[in-house]
Amino acid sequence: MSEHRFGPYGGQYVPETLMPALAELESAWESLRTDELFVAELDGLLRDFVGRPSPLYRAARLSQAADRPIYLKREDLNHTGAHKINNALGQALLARRMGKRRIIAETGAGQHGVAAATACALLDLECVVYMGTEDMRRQKPNVERMGLLGARVAPVDAGARTLKEAVSAAIRDWVANVRSTHYIIGSCVGPAPYPALVRDLQRVIGDEARAQVLRQAGRLPQRVIACVGGGSNSIGIFQAFIADESVELVGVEAAGEGLHTGRHGAPLTAAGRAGILHGALTAIMQDEDGQILEAHSISAGLDYPGSGPEHAWLRDSGRARYAAVTDAQALRAFAQTARLEGIIPALESSHALAWALANPGSDLDVVCLSGRGDKDLAEALAALDG
Amino acid sequence: MGEAQGIGRIAEAFARARADGRRAALMPYLMGGFPSLEVSREIGLAYAAAGADLVELGVPFSDPLADGPVIHAAATAALAAGATVARVLAVGAAIARRVPVVVMCYANPIYARGLQRFLDELVGAEISGLIVPDLPLEEAAEAQDACEARDLAFVPLVAPTTPRTRLVQIGARATGFIYAVSVTGTTGERDGDAPTLHSAIERAGDHAVVPVAVGFGIGTPGQAAAAAAAGADGVIVGSRLVRAAAESDDPVAAVSELVGGFAAALRAAVG
Repeated sequence: MSEHRFGPYGGQYVPETLMPALAELESAWESLRTDELFVAELDGLLRDFVGRPSPLYRAARLSQAADRPIYLKREDLNHTGAHKINNALGQALLARRMGKRRIIAETGAGQHGVAAATACALLDLECVVYMGTEDMRRQKPNVERMGLLGARVAPVDAGARTLKEAVSAAIRDWVANVRSTHYIIGSCVGPAPYPALVRDLQRVIGDEARAQVLRQAGRLPQRVIACVGGGSNSIGIFQAFIADESVELVGVEAAGEGLHTGRHGAPLTAAGRAGILHGALTAIMQDEDGQILEAHSISAGLDYPGSGPEHAWLRDSGRARYAAVTDAQALRAFAQTARLEGIIPALESSHALAWALANPGSDLDVVCLSGRGDKDLAEALAALDG
Repeated sequence: MGEAQGIGRIAEAFARARADGRRAALMPYLMGGFPSLEVSREIGLAYAAAGADLVELGVPFSDPLADGPVIHAAATAALAAGATVARVLAVGAAIARRVPVVVMCYANPIYARGLQRFLDELVGAEISGLIVPDLPLEEAAEAQDACEARDLAFVPLVAPTTPRTRLVQIGARATGFIYAVSVTGTTGERDGDAPTLHSAIERAGDHAVVPVAVGFGIGTPGQAAAAAAAGADGVIVGSRLVRAAAESDDPVAAVSELVGGFAAALRAAVG
């Protein structure tokens, strides 16, 4: 049985139409996650198609700048350039086993959309990706990639035209087409069983990183640091270290223009009242009347007013801590990592790097470099010039 | 005005529709605060005057996952025009003086206010029941108990995808009526009669002691009559009326005429 609740968080707050599909998904995953053939197929694809394991890289010049060892978990080196492919591939295989040949997905930065489109091309599945028109503008190369891969990008014009509205549009599509369609949600958000399913598919990041750091450095890190939008790369890397009580887990959200301005994407750090968004009770950004607020971040992947329910519980239980980094701080880390390491990180991952650089620790940090920054060049260069 | 307020008032409304020789009760939907608070109040009163047996009042929400584009846009516009939960419930109170009102509200505005406080405010406004489209059986126990304690109806939804075992469980806890979703999809007008209409009503009715009202996809008097002929105890009309309110220069007159047409169709459906 996958978890429906993480402490008080999680649940299944969705229209009745979807409830049987969630039950079907949960039962399919429960049987396939231990099915030898399924696991072998997924592992084989992760190795030969994605390029796993991704390296854990000791970033020498960043370490020098920070005056302590900084290791980067190189999810940017995966096929399609981010950790999103781990989940998309697993869920696409699951969909095929369930006999669902139409896939829908949402995307913010475009990385999950590209990953879903890639998995669908590989497995010969139909793919529709919902994307806010503001994000389509910010992430044009990814829109073009998805088209080339055979996916249809469905523009979403509601609200702020970003990730929240893309998720809502995908859920509405699923309500209408639930019998033929599987929804590959891109993060550890949404109704159960999604938060646990996505976590299970992303924990490969943490399992690899833990073994690698022990092998390469001979010890556990002092801190594991990862960015949090919905929170899938962070939940994946945290998972393997949760039992290691000495290891600090740090989730870094988007402070946008500053937490005090209200224009941010940091529901965990801002620690407002919990609420229900996209099927789960979790940390969200809302007004007094329970209307969901628009998030803001220069990074489209963190531009989301909610977070995975397991993160809300890790925060409350004290096992992980959450902090936020502004657009400007993230941009500085973006440029600094390019200069010092020859690595252009995604703006999302730049938030984790910025926090690590600004907050000295006493020993080794592992930072999840969740994706590469090619997609962000136009946006980041314009902001750095401005 | 009848003495009954909550569950009893809803039961009376269904019974009266039948006693008046109609095949099904008519339950038009309006979006509270759309196009403005004042006009939405007038729309609700116009529904009552034009033959509504009950009125379903939507509380606007920023992220309505069960709604199609027409109602989503109306919710967005209502919020932009200053609608709040408190103001929409005040609109509900005015309408409830004429006709029983059932509020449809997504879960987050309810929990943000606090479930108990929200339900107390419904009682204060003389609202008769509550529909929460994103609170399925598994999440609904607390709300069901709290409604029951106040004699408020907690109206569950059933969908074409709902398996029989769930129908039994949902039917067993329903009060007021069961809201049978006639199509697999979000709210909105559709051409023709839903192929699943008959089975939706039958399947829901088999397991219910309360009336079954059909909604989603009923946008013409002909579709309403077909739902009644298929055995529905009530017919809910939403997007068609919200669209009329959005498109007309005189929304109150436009919806009055439409509701009159639906009411006539349900009378004519007596066969």
